[in-house]
Amino acid sequence: MIATESLSKRFPRVTALDRLSVDVGPGVTGLVGANGAGKSTLIKILLGLSPATEGRAEVLGLDVATKGGAIRERVGYMPEHDCLPPDVSATEFVVHMARMSGLPPTAARERTADTLRHVGLYEERYRPMGGYSTGMKQRVKLAQALVHDPQLVFLDEPTNGLDPVGRDEMLGLIRRIHTEFGISVLVTSHLLGELERTCDHVVVIDGGKLLRSSSTTDFTQTTTTLAIEVTDTDEHPDGTRVMREALLARGMETHQGDGLPGAGHILLLTAQGEETYDLVRDVVADLGLGLVRMEQRRHHIAEVFKDDDERADATAGAPGARKEAVGHGG
Amino acid sequence: MAVEQPQAQAMARAGEQTRIHDIGYRSYDGPRLGRAYARRSLYSQSLRGAYGLGRSAKSKVLPMLLFVVMCVPALIMVAVAVTTKANDLPVDYTRYAVIMQAMISLYVASQAPQSVSRDLRFKTVPLYFSRPIETADYVRAKYAALASALFILTAAPLLVLYVGALLAKLDFTDQTKGFAQGLVSVALLSLLFAGIGLVIAAVTPRRGFGIAAVIAVLTISYGAVSTLQAIADAQTNTEAVPWIGLFSPITLIDGVQTAFLGASSSFPGAVGPGTGEGVVYALVVLGLIAASYGLLMRRYRKVGL
Repeated sequence: MIATESLSKRFPRVTALDRLSVDVGPGVTGLVGANGAGKSTLIKILLGLSPATEGRAEVLGLDVATKGGAIRERVGYMPEHDCLPPDVSATEFVVHMARMSGLPPTAARERTADTLRHVGLYEERYRPMGGYSTGMKQRVKLAQALVHDPQLVFLDEPTNGLDPVGRDEMLGLIRRIHTEFGISVLVTSHLLGELERTCDHVVVIDGGKLLRSSSTTDFTQTTTTLAIEVTDTDEHPDGTRVMREALLARGMETHQGDGLPGAGHILLLTAQGEETYDLVRDVVADLGLGLVRMEQRRHHIAEVFKDDDERADATAGAPGARKEAVGHGG
Repeated sequence: MAVEQPQAQAMARAGEQTRIHDIGYRSYDGPRLGRAYARRSLYSQSLRGAYGLGRSAKSKVLPMLLFVVMCVPALIMVAVAVTTKANDLPVDYTRYAVIMQAMISLYVASQAPQSVSRDLRFKTVPLYFSRPIETADYVRAKYAALASALFILTAAPLLVLYVGALLAKLDFTDQTKGFAQGLVSVALLSLLFAGIGLVIAAVTPRRGFGIAAVIAVLTISYGAVSTLQAIADAQTNTEAVPWIGLFSPITLIDGVQTAFLGASSSFPGAVGPGTGEGVVYALVVLGLIAASYGLLMRRYRKVGL
């Protein structure tokens, strides 16, 4: 989808990108970096809007230096900042933007209706956008990036300014853009935690340099944590406690997910292999409890990037394995 | 060994949502009409916007009102000409825009910022440039749209006069010639005023500042020029009168049409530029139009993404 080769961008005072070489395949890719790490500069170059100082880049197999127009026809872009005129309705706005992407008038209207529905905007799409909540505005911004059915979209900080619920919905939506719409995504964020749930692949840049590029499973699959939640029954009014004791009796240590949502009702344990799943199933069945959830919890990507000291203090697990994962970064 | 399935959860989560509002994504295989089509679309959207079409009811009020105010005097003149069986229209075609210049300035001041400042203020410009169109397309579409809107505003009353003149059975050749000269004049005026208005408006994302600045530039320059001309004329320094006229947009148009389009000058003492001075006038007008375009291009190269 995207390939860059020792791509550099120097401004008189700063170097925004420094010999960046990275390959991005289809799927959802996270582009992570602190503010000023060069994310926006990279997107600008990939859209063919700003020439690179040196090196080259291709998007969808097209050279950004010469085929900018063709790239922009097949790519969508959702900017980080507000970009919606308040006195226009979402429908009118997105129709106009669809036509700006080259869609004929009828197609522009049809695609607008479809796209707004897919991002979750219904009756309110006929109202002026000035009255929209931040979440609704973000959806319109996303819709205008998708309305021409691009092969690839660049989403610049799409979760900025959203509350936790809105954030989750947006991340779910981003996931669907790939799984259901078949559109590849490059999403930037300065929050690593968000990306582990959403992305197949994460590229980390800092100071315009590539820190690391690998799939999310590489980051997080070194150990598997299992989260279990069970129901209470008349026989066992505190199902969670009974479950913990029963597991302990079978030699399985558990701990509560402190600070996580649902803490107190969720038991976390380290899966040793497939027999762990069988064990949990048997224990639940013996106690006659209902199993609400049994899911894999991945370690947060953030842990991978913590400084060595912090990592030593981090939750028990397999420090060696994680160190190794970071070792790839160099 | 348990194998991680990072997508499984995400898909399950997506599945919960899709049950609510998804009837399936349809991809688009139809034509993509590209850059020229996008530019035309932006042109027609901006032209409609200049009369408040496709915008809120409130934003239709001023442009429509000004359009009516521009046409009403022409209607009255036609009515007078028809009923009194006059031999000529009370006002020349070329003179009409000069008389109505306040309305034209007001229109430019209200619609130029509407056309460009909003895109700057609400940061919509990057959305345009993330699409096939480029800086030049945006500038041309916006410039052409405002110039066309102004042409409609200034040519419509001329059309009213012309149709009225024919109804009053005035001389066909005379009237057609005058009408054609008037159209050329207002076309130049539209290009010049649109350019000046857009350059000023594109500097500021604040619409209010834009409106004030355009009005200030158009009226102060005219006020200063006509005052100086009056003083020069009073001191019987008639040589200077045409040269002073080079410094405000409407007197420039007046000069060009006096020199080349058979208009009678509205300068004090009716001393318009001769052909020699007229060439300078025409060059200044064309230079200003080109400069406006160049400045807009420079401005928009910077505001990209």
